[in-house]
Amino acid sequence: MKNRSRAWRDPLLWSIAVFVLAVALMPAAKPLFAALFPSLERPLYEQDSFAALALSHLLLVGASSAAAGIIGIAAGIFVTRPAGAEFRDIVETLIAIGQCIPPVAVLAIAVPLIGFGGEPAFIALALYGLLPIVHGTIAGLGTVPAAVAEAARGTGLSPGGILWRVELPLALPVIVGGLRTATIINVGTAAIASTVGAPTLGSPIIIGLNGNNVAYVIQGAILAGLMAIALDLAFGRVIALTQRWKTA
Amino acid sequence: MIELDRVSKRIGEAVIVDEVSLGIAEGELCVLIGSSGAGKSTVLKMINRLIPLSAGSIRFAGTDVTHIPPEDLRRRMGYVIQSIGLFPHWTIARNIGTVPELLGWPAARIGARVDELLSLLKLDPASFRGKYPHQLSIGQQQRVGVARALAADPDVLLMDEPFGALDPLVREELQDEILRLHRDSHKTILFVTHDMDEALKLATRIALMDRGRLVQAGTPAELLAAPATPFVRDFVGGRDRGIKLLLVERVTQHMRAGTDREGEPIAADATLHQALSQMVSQGVDRLAVVDGEGRVIGTLHLADIVRR
Repeated sequence: MKNRSRAWRDPLLWSIAVFVLAVALMPAAKPLFAALFPSLERPLYEQDSFAALALSHLLLVGASSAAAGIIGIAAGIFVTRPAGAEFRDIVETLIAIGQCIPPVAVLAIAVPLIGFGGEPAFIALALYGLLPIVHGTIAGLGTVPAAVAEAARGTGLSPGGILWRVELPLALPVIVGGLRTATIINVGTAAIASTVGAPTLGSPIIIGLNGNNVAYVIQGAILAGLMAIALDLAFGRVIALTQRWKTA
Repeated sequence: MIELDRVSKRIGEAVIVDEVSLGIAEGELCVLIGSSGAGKSTVLKMINRLIPLSAGSIRFAGTDVTHIPPEDLRRRMGYVIQSIGLFPHWTIARNIGTVPELLGWPAARIGARVDELLSLLKLDPASFRGKYPHQLSIGQQQRVGVARALAADPDVLLMDEPFGALDPLVREELQDEILRLHRDSHKTILFVTHDMDEALKLATRIALMDRGRLVQAGTPAELLAAPATPFVRDFVGGRDRGIKLLLVERVTQHMRAGTDREGEPIAADATLHQALSQMVSQGVDRLAVVDGEGRVIGTLHLADIVRR
């Protein structure tokens, strides 16, 4: 009983349910959009199914964030080891510069280099996602108290043991925080990626903007927004799990 | 057990430790003392290779420490630091079990050892083993720190100002635990502090450092009675040197025979300092001396305290 009533109040489950329902029921809302925008000849985006767009959007975000996560965390670990310390300054400078470039610009640069389609979108998203993740990894590893690191060495843990058993677990909340930022940014950037030929929830938005169809824009934007909210709450849940010991 | 032979540490032009030679015998509780910046912590960290040495050599149980892989060396030397450094994301049990786990002990043996150590350090195993460090007071955390250092029954305990951050009452309790532990286990302990009273209370031998050099090493009584230099004299006692002597001499060494029942009894292994304090607070000039079972074995008069 108690568990069920808690589940009912869980915002994460709600946000996922609302997103899934919104994807499934969007076609049924055609009369509503027709009523709201009587001047539009086509009040509902029907070139692709919303489910297919949502799925490919999610796959693009997931794959690019995962790639950025693997490379970014590895890079963050590398520059905080003695062997990679000399690269730390240059990596941090690149991050600072990179974060000044808007995601759209990254896409614009990717197309002439790689061409149209899913690949340039994937590469642009992965590159842009790298920045918060490397940043989060360096910052997270920096939160490990000096006393804890000294005790770990003094107790006889090997450098690898210190990384796996002490540093990474303690840094995990901040690292996942970087992953969260990267993923949420990528949900937005993936929408724009439809301009370079990747079918996403951005397709109705871009087509709607080009054809002056406000209904299309709203349909794409609502779904992309709901996806971002659900993912953000999911990451919040993961971060809470990584620091359960704090609330013991 | 540990021999330092003309050990030096230089960082650039600065000489942190300057040709220190010191032998620490098995079972000794050697206190390394000096003001901050004297190089005492550096000496300690060179022993477990947290800091590489610039010159000289250190032998541990006969082997040059640079011939022992650092992780193996450190697992044989318990390490306790002032800032404690418990792993905050691990339970108390897992913290204490760190080295046994690294050594591959079976889980049941680790669990039994953890409970044994918690009891030894006066922490109830049932209520503490599942807690996290942040749920403990600083004093309890340092008890766990000591337990972690003892877990795999190391030959040597290295303690770097372990009680410096504790309030006086808790510090005294933990000093008593270390004394008890040393008496019962005869572990070799190297203890760094800048607190002379702590050194006089704990040490079987004191090594005094000043600006990277070892100035004098000897028993607490030797340092007080025959300071090698004016610096030693000022550091160990200054004008309070006589009073400090009372801290290291025991009632048994000064009592006279007789079963005079007058005055409140005092334990035979109490310090003269405690005896004098008891006389002053009770307004008496003699105390009955009792052994562990409470039998009167002698009498201590006020005059006995100053006689030497």
